[in-house]
Amino acid sequence: MSSFSLALRDSSTMLRRNLLHARRYPSMTLNLLLTPVMLLLLFVYVFGDVMSAGIDGGGPDRAKYIAYIVPGLLLMTTGSTTIGTAVSVSTDMNEGIIARFRTMAIHRPSVLVGHVIGSVLQCVMSVALVGAVAVAIGFRSSGAGVLEWVAAFGLLVLFATALTWIAVGMGLSSPNAEAASNNAMPLILLPLLSSTFVPVHSMPGWFRPVAEYQPFTPAIETLRGLLLGGHIGHNGWLAVVWCVGLAVLGYFWSTAKFNSDAK
Amino acid sequence: MTNLAIAAKGLRKSYGDKVVLNGIDLAVPEGTIFSLLGPNGAGKTTAVKILSTLTGADDGQIRVGGHDLAAEPQAVRAAIGVTGQFSAVDGLITGEENMLLMADLHHLSKREGRRVAAELLERFDLTAAAKKPAATYSGGMKRRLDIAMTLVGNPRIIFLDEPTTGLDPRSRHNMWEIVRELVSDGVTVFLTTQYLEEADELADRIAVLNDGRIAAEGTADELKRQIPGGHIRLRFTDPGTYQSAASAMRDITRDDEALSLQIPSDGSQRELRSILDWLDSVGIEADELTVHTPDLDDVFFALTGTGRTDQPKEGVR
Repeated sequence: MSSFSLALRDSSTMLRRNLLHARRYPSMTLNLLLTPVMLLLLFVYVFGDVMSAGIDGGGPDRAKYIAYIVPGLLLMTTGSTTIGTAVSVSTDMNEGIIARFRTMAIHRPSVLVGHVIGSVLQCVMSVALVGAVAVAIGFRSSGAGVLEWVAAFGLLVLFATALTWIAVGMGLSSPNAEAASNNAMPLILLPLLSSTFVPVHSMPGWFRPVAEYQPFTPAIETLRGLLLGGHIGHNGWLAVVWCVGLAVLGYFWSTAKFNSDAK
Repeated sequence: MTNLAIAAKGLRKSYGDKVVLNGIDLAVPEGTIFSLLGPNGAGKTTAVKILSTLTGADDGQIRVGGHDLAAEPQAVRAAIGVTGQFSAVDGLITGEENMLLMADLHHLSKREGRRVAAELLERFDLTAAAKKPAATYSGGMKRRLDIAMTLVGNPRIIFLDEPTTGLDPRSRHNMWEIVRELVSDGVTVFLTTQYLEEADELADRIAVLNDGRIAAEGTADELKRQIPGGHIRLRFTDPGTYQSAASAMRDITRDDEALSLQIPSDGSQRELRSILDWLDSVGIEADELTVHTPDLDDVFFALTGTGRTDQPKEGVR
């Protein structure tokens, strides 16, 4: 068997294993979905009027605010789903079965690739679920054609892949599940410090550059532009650069950690 | 000389300042059971980790299954199966799914994978539990599933790291049966254990590992011969009788708390009779007399330098 088809076959085996885990124990994934859904409902129904009045300086308009925060919350959903990835990778590494995999003549990175692809699929499903809730409470994408939808989907997958590789690295660097969950906190904190809920220009001047150039904001602005037809500008390529950069960094970090000697 | 399944020379490994393996040599012929025996922390697991490609050695030449371990780790992995000290099963999925996972990773066809999985589950008495998550299995069942998974790829060399630690006596004997069956199929087994009885039962050759070095190596009989541990033991219930007997005899070991005396002996009938005759002539009558031939416990304690407290074998376990 060529090394490529070996890699493909072993990776798909590992993917099946991870999907089996996710299917059999969905409570973790569902729990992680609660945060973005709760935030969506909280900000739309409790803070919605005030927030929207503050943003545009006009009157309160809850419907408009739904449109504003949904793109950010969809990306936050990938962030919170990948926390689950960090935890499950860390739990997995403490299982004897990983030691068994290491002593087998399999394509080694397939263990991680299985986790990553499984996690990206979970992200897509989670985003679809949160998106469904958003549509149910009144979100409509205005001005998104087929091309924009394809681009939005591509961005989502790319973003999820990037965060997942970072989460896998975090999981591998954490001694146990609790530590992994703590170490992965930035994945859900960063979207709070982005343009998810309020525009960056409404933040204090010293903080604006941080909020504007952290990985979430360019991706949120790009998604917002794609779904609602706003101006994307430099955010498009910034988002792609961030995603590729994080994915590559996470990949090398994770594989280096995984290939180092077992403890 | 027969082919060696495992050959190691000058194997060294340190973690920081701590030297775990200090230059050990191993030679395990194909189709035999080799046991690495040692107390906790002697370096047994480290040796298995190195030989099974989990951890790199600091120094030493190692060939496993005819392949150089440093140069061709994948070839070594294709030849071996490992059952570690902590069960290497996926607890979240069922026993059957664990088996099919192994079949997939060994690139068996779907049909072949199902056949092998069903066969091994049957052989290890797991068919009834096949559809339950492995996390719900008892210790013995997990260990059996673990070995069944190791066998999916038909490995020629199997590493078993303390396969019976934590098992009840019945499961332990089952495990011994399994190991014997494996070897009858021509497989080489490298077994670590802290139980002398286990090494004695199973192993063709035994190496005693202590403080990172091989303290002794040979068959169980060879090792027992190295140590003069045979004696006759007299036990008394009355302290007075014990005291007078103790003062009447020379060359004995006293155990004042247990009220027992040990007389060195090779265990032969002639010597036993002469001792009994002499005891009669001086009027000593013990409440209990036992003949103790040297066992691996004696070897173990003599070689690993831990003082032997003379307890029955069961007490040492």
